Amino acid sequence: MSSTQQALRFGQSEPVHRSRHKPWRFRPQGSDTAWAVAFVIPYVAVFATFVVYPALFGLWMGSNPSLYGTLFSDPRYVTTAINTLLFVVIGVNVKMFLAFLLSGYFMNRSWWVRSLLAIYLIPWALPALVVFTSIHFMLVTQWGLLDSLWRTVTGEDGPLFLTTAWIAMTANVVAYIWKWMPFWTLIFLGARMAIPQDIYEAAEIDGATGTRRLIYVTFPMLANVYLICTLLSTVWTLGDFPTVYFVSSGAPARLTDVLATYGFHEAFDFGYPNLGVAAMMSALPVLIPVVILLMRRVRATGVQL
Amino acid sequence: MNLARRRRLGRKAAGAVLGVGLLIWTLLPVYNMLLMALDDDADEFTGSIWPPDPNFDSFRSVWTEDYWLLEHFWHQFANSIYLGLASMLLTVAIGSLASFALGRMRLRKGWIVTDFALLTYILPPAFLVIPFVHIMHRYGLSDSLWAVIAAMVTFATPYAILILHQYGKLIPMELDESAKIDGASPFQVYWRIYLPLMAPALVAVGIYALLLSWNEYIYQYLLLSSTSNMTVAVAINQFFDSDEAPWNYMMAIAIIYSLPPVAVYFALRRFMVAGLTLGGVKG
Repeated sequence: MSSTQQALRFGQSEPVHRSRHKPWRFRPQGSDTAWAVAFVIPYVAVFATFVVYPALFGLWMGSNPSLYGTLFSDPRYVTTAINTLLFVVIGVNVKMFLAFLLSGYFMNRSWWVRSLLAIYLIPWALPALVVFTSIHFMLVTQWGLLDSLWRTVTGEDGPLFLTTAWIAMTANVVAYIWKWMPFWTLIFLGARMAIPQDIYEAAEIDGATGTRRLIYVTFPMLANVYLICTLLSTVWTLGDFPTVYFVSSGAPARLTDVLATYGFHEAFDFGYPNLGVAAMMSALPVLIPVVILLMRRVRATGVQL
Repeated sequence: MNLARRRRLGRKAAGAVLGVGLLIWTLLPVYNMLLMALDDDADEFTGSIWPPDPNFDSFRSVWTEDYWLLEHFWHQFANSIYLGLASMLLTVAIGSLASFALGRMRLRKGWIVTDFALLTYILPPAFLVIPFVHIMHRYGLSDSLWAVIAAMVTFATPYAILILHQYGKLIPMELDESAKIDGASPFQVYWRIYLPLMAPALVAVGIYALLLSWNEYIYQYLLLSSTSNMTVAVAINQFFDSDEAPWNYMMAIAIIYSLPPVAVYFALRRFMVAGLTLGGVKG
């Protein structure tokens, strides 16, 4: 039996056996490093070709200062920037908070809560394109499902959701929450399950139950995960494209665009790729601090993403 | 006593109400898809909450491809599968090689690679899309599935490296060392020991890459233009660009397109969840 097999079988090889032979001490030192470098090369090549090069190319495309003059004087850009801010701040925080609360609900392991969890996670599995198109059709005309429900209940015609900017923007945020809340609920559920049970027992002896337990025990234990998830989600949502593109499609009159859809339209519909890049780059003053904060938190706490 | 019982009952009722509310909230858009697909009327909404004459005509038309927007549907479906599988295999291969070198071979300055992987994972893909598409045109990869595969591998590999790196810490280094004593080359250690023991994490990473490429839209839309190279995601959008709009066909396609990820989700949920919460909270 070779020592590999032994180790695989017993988890550990014999220490005496190991200390007697150290064959690789006599091997050329560089050989392992050469292997390691060879193993990393495919990823480094992908990274250089498809991340570094496009990123530098993008910086070059958006490097002309006059682009930003054009951008900031466009009233649609100002609306877009405000929309993006609202979309990110409201969407991310409402989603995270609800996901946090719901993860407590799903801690109940009775069969029907578990089946409900399986169904509740379906939006996460469905392609964004498909579900947001469906939501779009629920809202778009007087004959969409929501208006039909409205008519069935009240007997009157429902509102036209996508003709008023703030309703359309609300629809985007709600659709976004619908799609992504399940994923984060699952993350929080995993984090809650990692909390040792004896902490709860100790808290119960000290009289912390119900809401007090949530505020003084669960939340402090999850605060770090909550913060990191919120930061991560903020960055992702800043670049969110499909929600607005499909749900409101910018309607009415491009008043509900966010940065990603604005940049997309500028670059590919109106033929100003540099302006599109500049629009994306205008998010960097927000993006860079969040990314730095996030990277530092992740490295400092070792929270698994 | 009575109060405690009443309170418990009240909590149970609240839980049930919340459960029903969540069920409706979750399933309403899904129901809307069915409602539109089962509806007979091709381009007019009926305004009812129940299909007046439910039938599977739209699915039959998709099956037989007997409408001009559906002409290449199954070919496009195969393209989507090809894209998903190629992205999955490449992501698993590149990610596992890199994480092996970083985690098991103690590559000096390896943290630089890990940090860049983390950075790429954090950044939203939409930020790179405009220069990426320009560069793909320069490389001569416009209207090529490989351009999309490249994009998907680019955005899935960082997650793969992070997850595999983390999971690899659970496997004792003694295994690698004793294999080396037996004369195994680093590649043999990778192939015979690392990969088999990493299987659960590899499955999680593979599913992630598969679903990422299945659910991603913007890169596919911008990089694929001809009907023969198109994926289903792009084909669905064609309905919006055409003059006549048989929405029941579109929704039938959308439902068929949604079935694989939902099936994967229900079959392999344990692995997906494991990939998400691997290692849990250590902070």
